[in-house]
Amino acid sequence: MLLNVRHTTVYGFDAPMRFVTQSHRLNPVDTAGQKIRSWSVAAEGAAFGAAFTDGAGDRITTMTVQGPVERIEIVVEGEVETFDTTGVLRGHRELISPVCYLQPTSATVPTGALLELVRATVDAARGTELARAHRFSAAVTEAIAYAPGTTHAHTTAAEAVELGQGVCQDHAHALIAMAQATGLPARYASGYLLSGEEAAEDDASHAWAEIRIEGLGWVGFDPANACCPDERYIRLGSGRDAREAAPIRGVSRGGGAEALDVRVEVAQRQQ
Amino acid sequence: MYDGERIRPAYEQVMDWVRRTPAEQLALKKAEAEALFRRIGITFAVYGEGGDTERLIPFDMMPRVFTEAEWRRLERGVKQRSRALNAFLYDVYHRSEIVRAGKIPADLVYRNEAYEAAVVGISPPGGVYSHIVGIDLVRTGPDEFFVLEDNCRTPSGVSYMLENREIMMRMFPELFRTSRIAPVDDYPDRLRRTLASVAPGKCEGEPVTVLLSPGSFNSAYYEHSFLADQMGIEIVEGQDLFVQGDFVYMRTTEGPKRVDVIYRRIDDSFLDPLCFRPDSMLGVPGLMNVYRSGGVTICSAPGAGVADDKAVYTYVPDMIRFYLGEEPILKNVQTWKCSDPGDLKYVLENLGELVVKEVHGSGGYGMLVGPKSTREQIAAYAERIKADPADFIAQPTLALSTCPTFVDDGLAPRHVDLRPFCLVGKEVHLCPGGLTRVAMREGSLVVNSSQGGGVKDTWVLAD
Repeated sequence: MLLNVRHTTVYGFDAPMRFVTQSHRLNPVDTAGQKIRSWSVAAEGAAFGAAFTDGAGDRITTMTVQGPVERIEIVVEGEVETFDTTGVLRGHRELISPVCYLQPTSATVPTGALLELVRATVDAARGTELARAHRFSAAVTEAIAYAPGTTHAHTTAAEAVELGQGVCQDHAHALIAMAQATGLPARYASGYLLSGEEAAEDDASHAWAEIRIEGLGWVGFDPANACCPDERYIRLGSGRDAREAAPIRGVSRGGGAEALDVRVEVAQRQQ
Repeated sequence: MYDGERIRPAYEQVMDWVRRTPAEQLALKKAEAEALFRRIGITFAVYGEGGDTERLIPFDMMPRVFTEAEWRRLERGVKQRSRALNAFLYDVYHRSEIVRAGKIPADLVYRNEAYEAAVVGISPPGGVYSHIVGIDLVRTGPDEFFVLEDNCRTPSGVSYMLENREIMMRMFPELFRTSRIAPVDDYPDRLRRTLASVAPGKCEGEPVTVLLSPGSFNSAYYEHSFLADQMGIEIVEGQDLFVQGDFVYMRTTEGPKRVDVIYRRIDDSFLDPLCFRPDSMLGVPGLMNVYRSGGVTICSAPGAGVADDKAVYTYVPDMIRFYLGEEPILKNVQTWKCSDPGDLKYVLENLGELVVKEVHGSGGYGMLVGPKSTREQIAAYAERIKADPADFIAQPTLALSTCPTFVDDGLAPRHVDLRPFCLVGKEVHLCPGGLTRVAMREGSLVVNSSQGGGVKDTWVLAD
C-alpha cells in the first residue's frame, strides 16, 4: 500500500516566546513493514540539528527556534510504501535490551483496577505468550471504551481502566502494564494510521503497544482498533510510555499561553 | 595508625612533633584551625547527606599518614577498580558481554533505576563514563583495604581535601618543610586537563569546559564554585546554556560561546526536560540530543550511576576479573542481601555481629551496628528487616583501623575511612591524598558528618 502523510502542528503563543526547543521523533525508518519513499520535516525560521539514531532504532532530530516567536508551524510530509507483516516488527535494528521494557513508568504502574483486570484475564491466558498477548489486547479493548476527552495526557493505565474510557494512548498504556505485570516486555509505539472514512481527523495520529514475544520479537497490538498493525500503519518510534515515544517533545520558554493545532491526513495513493 | 601495639612508621615524624609541642600550644592550634574553617566558610554537606547546609564539620588537625609504599598499593587497587567500572559502563550500554556471559543478572542492570536506556549505543569520547571515581575505603590491616562503596556519578568532598591541606600548610609550615608530603594542590588543574582530554571529536581548538550547577541553594554549591574557580572555568546554571543546531552554547556578554565539555553537578533526571524529567528547570532542553549526536561531552556520562549501585557493588570483583583479567587488589566487604532467603536467615541469626544498612539509605542513618547495640535495639531492628527484607543488606563489622585524633582529653585513637579521588580521561590518575573522615566518638564506626563525624588531612609521604 502507498500511503501519503501530511501532518501539521501549529503552535500559537499569546506573547512571543524567547526560545523553543524540541526533540523530534518524526522520521520513520525502513523496516520490513515500511519503506520510506520520501519524507520531509520543515518549519520556517527553525534550525535543525543534533540528529542521531537512538538505541531503540528511532531517528531523532532537534529543532530550535530563537525568539521572539509568536507562531511555529511544523509540516511533516512523506510517502511510505507499507506491507502487512501481521503486526510483527521485522527488519528493525535496535540495541536496547528487551529487559528494559519490563520496568514500568509512572504511566504504566500496575495498580488497582488494572491488576484486577490482569487477574481476571490471566487464567484465560494459559498457553503461548502470543495467545496471552492477544487475550490481554482483547481485554483492554473491552475494558476501555473509546471516548475522546474523558482522559488527559497524564492519565495512567490504572486510572483509565478504572474509568473504563479513554483514547488510544490509554489503550496502549493499559496493554503495556498488563503485559509487564506478567513478565512480558512491552512498549509504546507511535505513528500514523490510515483510518476508515467515518473516523475523525485526529485519529490519524495514532499509538499502539508492542509486546516482546519469544521467537517472534516485537509484535504490535492495537487494542483501540482490536487488531494488529498492518499495511495501514506507519511506525514513527517507540518508548516505555507515551511521553518517551512522543513524536514531538518540546519546551517553550519566556512567553505566554500556548495554543496547539494538530492536523494529520493519511491517504492511500492509488498505484 | 596502630600496627598492633606499635605506631606505624608513617606516623613517626608527626608523632615526634606532637611530643615536642606543649599541650597549651596544641590547644591554641586547634582553636585556630576551627576559626580558619569558620572564616573560609566550608559548611556544605559531604556525600549528599543534605540537611543543615550551614553546619561546620569538625576538622581534626592530626593528619592521616600513608607511606609511599602503602599508597602505591592502594593506588594500583583504586585505578584497577576505576578502569573496571568504566569498562562495565561501556559494556552495559553496548554489547553487554558481562550479562551475556552470565556474570551479572540482567534484571540488576536493565531494571536498575540508574540505567538509562536513552544512552544505549552512544559512545562517549574515550569510552569514559565516570571521569571522577570516588572510592570509599577502610583499612583493616597493614596491607588490607576494603571498599565500602563506589561513587561514579559526582563524588563530592574534594574541596575538603584541598581546604584541609591548605589550612594544615598555613598552620604547620614547619611540618611541611621537614616531611616530604605529596602535594594535592594540582588536583583542580589535573581535573581540568582530564575533562579537556575527553572533548568531543567535533571540538575545534582548545576545549571550552563549564561546570553545570543546580544553583546556589544546593548544599554542595560551595564546592561547585570553589572547583570552578580553582580550574579557571565558568560555573553555569541550566538557563545560561542553550542548544542551537548541533551544539550547546553558553550565553556570555560577548555573545554565544560554544561549550565542548560539561562537568555537571546535577543528577541525570534533571539534565534535559526533553529526555528525562519534563518538569526540570535545572537542565538544558535538547542537551541530551547534542550529547548523543557527539556535539558535547557530559561528565560524568548520563547513566554512569548504574555502576555504583549498592546491589551492583557486590559484582565489582567479578568485573575486574572479567574485563581486566586481573585479581582484585582491593577487597569488597562481604555483603548479605536480605532479599535472599538464605542470607536473611543468616543475618537474623547473627545480628549481634553485623552492620545492617538500608539499601537506599545514606548518611549513616537507619543503620544497626550489632556489636554496639543493646538486645532491645537488635530485636526492634529484626522486626524492621522482617517487614521488608529486600530493603536491607548486612555486612560484617570490620576491625577498622584507627588514627590518632585530638579529643577533649588529648590524643586518642578514632576510626577512620578514606575517599581518594581518581581521575579518568585519556589517562588514569589518582590524587595522592583524599578525604579522611573520622568518627569523633570513642569506639564509633560511623564516620558520616551527619552522625558527628569529622575530617582530616591525608598525607602521602615520599620515601
